[in-house]
Amino acid sequence: MPTRTFIEAIRDGMSSELRRDPMVIILGEDVGPKGGVFLATDGLWGEFGDDRVIDTPLTESMIVGTAIGAALNGLRPIAEIQFADFIFPAFNQIVSEAARMRYRSNNGFGVPMVIRAPYGGGVHGALYHSQSVEAFFAHVPGLKVVVPSTPYDAKGLLRTAVRDEDPVLFLEHKKMYRSVRGEVPDGEYVVPLGRAAIRRPGRQLTVVAYGLMSLYALEAAERVAAEGIDVEVVDLRSLRPLDRDTLLTSVRKTGKCLVVHEDNKFGGYGAEIAAIVAEDAFDYLDGPVSRLAGPDVPAFPYNHALEDWFMPNPSRIADAIRRLAAY
Amino acid sequence: MADPVAQTSLDDGHRGTVAGDRPAGELAAAHGLADGDLVAMFRTLALARALDERMWILNRAGRLPFVISGQGHEGAQVGLAWALRRGHDWVAPFYRSVATCLALGMTPRDLMLANYAKASDLGSGGRQMPGHYGSPMHKLVSVSSPVATQILHATGIALAAKLRQTGQVAVAIMGEGSSNQGDVHEALNFAAIHRLPLVFIVENNGYSISVPAEKEVSVRDVAVRAAGYGIPGVVVDGTDVLACYEAGLDAVARARMGGGPTLVEAKVVRLTAHSSDDQQTKYRSEESLAEGRAHDPLPIFRSQLRAAGVLTPALEDAMAAQIAAAVDDATAFAEAEPDPDPATAMDWVYAERWPGEQPPPWHQAATSGSGR
Repeated sequence: MPTRTFIEAIRDGMSSELRRDPMVIILGEDVGPKGGVFLATDGLWGEFGDDRVIDTPLTESMIVGTAIGAALNGLRPIAEIQFADFIFPAFNQIVSEAARMRYRSNNGFGVPMVIRAPYGGGVHGALYHSQSVEAFFAHVPGLKVVVPSTPYDAKGLLRTAVRDEDPVLFLEHKKMYRSVRGEVPDGEYVVPLGRAAIRRPGRQLTVVAYGLMSLYALEAAERVAAEGIDVEVVDLRSLRPLDRDTLLTSVRKTGKCLVVHEDNKFGGYGAEIAAIVAEDAFDYLDGPVSRLAGPDVPAFPYNHALEDWFMPNPSRIADAIRRLAAY
Repeated sequence: MADPVAQTSLDDGHRGTVAGDRPAGELAAAHGLADGDLVAMFRTLALARALDERMWILNRAGRLPFVISGQGHEGAQVGLAWALRRGHDWVAPFYRSVATCLALGMTPRDLMLANYAKASDLGSGGRQMPGHYGSPMHKLVSVSSPVATQILHATGIALAAKLRQTGQVAVAIMGEGSSNQGDVHEALNFAAIHRLPLVFIVENNGYSISVPAEKEVSVRDVAVRAAGYGIPGVVVDGTDVLACYEAGLDAVARARMGGGPTLVEAKVVRLTAHSSDDQQTKYRSEESLAEGRAHDPLPIFRSQLRAAGVLTPALEDAMAAQIAAAVDDATAFAEAEPDPDPATAMDWVYAERWPGEQPPPWHQAATSGSGR
């Protein structure tokens, strides 16, 4: 099986969907001849042309709002937000419009579209090129929020997202674009939304993560395995819809749950996971549901020492595992 | 134009034949219309007004908790909508688009069901507040409350029409208050760049709730902003139905032929308070209100059609009776329709049901134990 970097897999996912369905278009800033600032759409403009790979002005609300309209009239838009940090001008269009259109029209209208956005820190992106935005959007019924952690999943989930009848926010950790490589089949396959993956089976403690933190959690799990701590790593892949069964089955088996994310801790997505576990697996718990998350400062500070201070990493995750395992 | 019967928006059983098939008189011919068209336009305007007035009565009678309406806007709405191909072209309306919705084929029953928020409301099944119309079959995009979001939806619809070569025109309708939103700038810019088949309509009634135009718009005419995007901007008297129709025809033709978007500003008046929760005498003078009444499109259009011999006393009497019956019918029908069943309240968050979405415990009782 060929191997691909994370970003190549994403590009493959888009190009295969553009080829499969003439209604699929891409729109965003610099997605045309330049191929995107991260080169996610590199070569697509050359193959599919101006009509289907559309360079837009620097207008995030327009990118999403126009994608909504295009979806209402038969297209399947993939809207690229250049950095997740810049998605907020489109917040109204995403939350008030895209997420609500089907419900408010009682299924009269639907908005099949994907919004891709690179998120996450560790790349010297500072306050406005590093943010994690999933908590804002996973809160919203009507939206689907997907965060892949492998090239295989990135391509398979992106294809599913394009074919989905509802708006999907597709968050890609930018640090993984070129640093992560994996096997990706050339042929047709998809990965369903709403299904978590158990990346490492274990008996003593469940670590719940997504995106880059899934990879870091795996690394941490290997480290503590040498110390005799047997960790199960649940990669959620899809934050909404959430695979409650896989989550709860794992925690009921291990009795301990650590949630890891890079986003700020307070009100973060991990709080929802912790609450679900507390509500629905309370009788099985053998320790406090714990969270390891980005500190509660507004965003990543720039200087490398400060950036390192912010970022959860395998060593910090391993420490958190040890603390919870010893409880 | 289509025949006047098809162009009426009365319910089945109330479709009129009062227009007859008379040939075009001078006024109609000057606009490429038949007399029947003028009658149908007038009927739509008068019907919109009658329905609108009934909504306020129902509000004051405690039947509708909220009303937001289009009184004073109907002339512009009917004239501009008449330039469209019904069921083919798209319209992203706003919450004053009562006459627009009727002109595009929604019926009095449809509008009353929406205002009563009944289960059979075809726009939202009772989920939206009054005035937030929408209808897939009429290609009227579901209205939301954050203003001007729909302008970008119309832009995307026009983009799809262009790429798919459907021959459709998209129309984005807003008030002058909404026209100040950033989404409008972003839409105008993008639509102009790509010469999209799009018509921007600003129904300028001079107030965004209580704030007068001079404190919300930096120029006298919103239409002059079109120059900043390199597209035509047109000001039209919104009390002149046929002038609006001509402006609509021109803009729609330009859009359909690949000439790109037009910004049409119709000067209208707001005859009612902003909504049933507003008291406009607090911020509008008696002179302003009188000025508004003097520019009511309904009597103006009526006088015009009487002078042209299109409306006769007999025709007007018949039409008035027909409209009154249609409004009564729509009210009684909507009153009698069932409310939505709470057991359906979890439906259509997504196109399909997902295990991750859990209903509240009381939902199980609402579904009579049928579970999920």
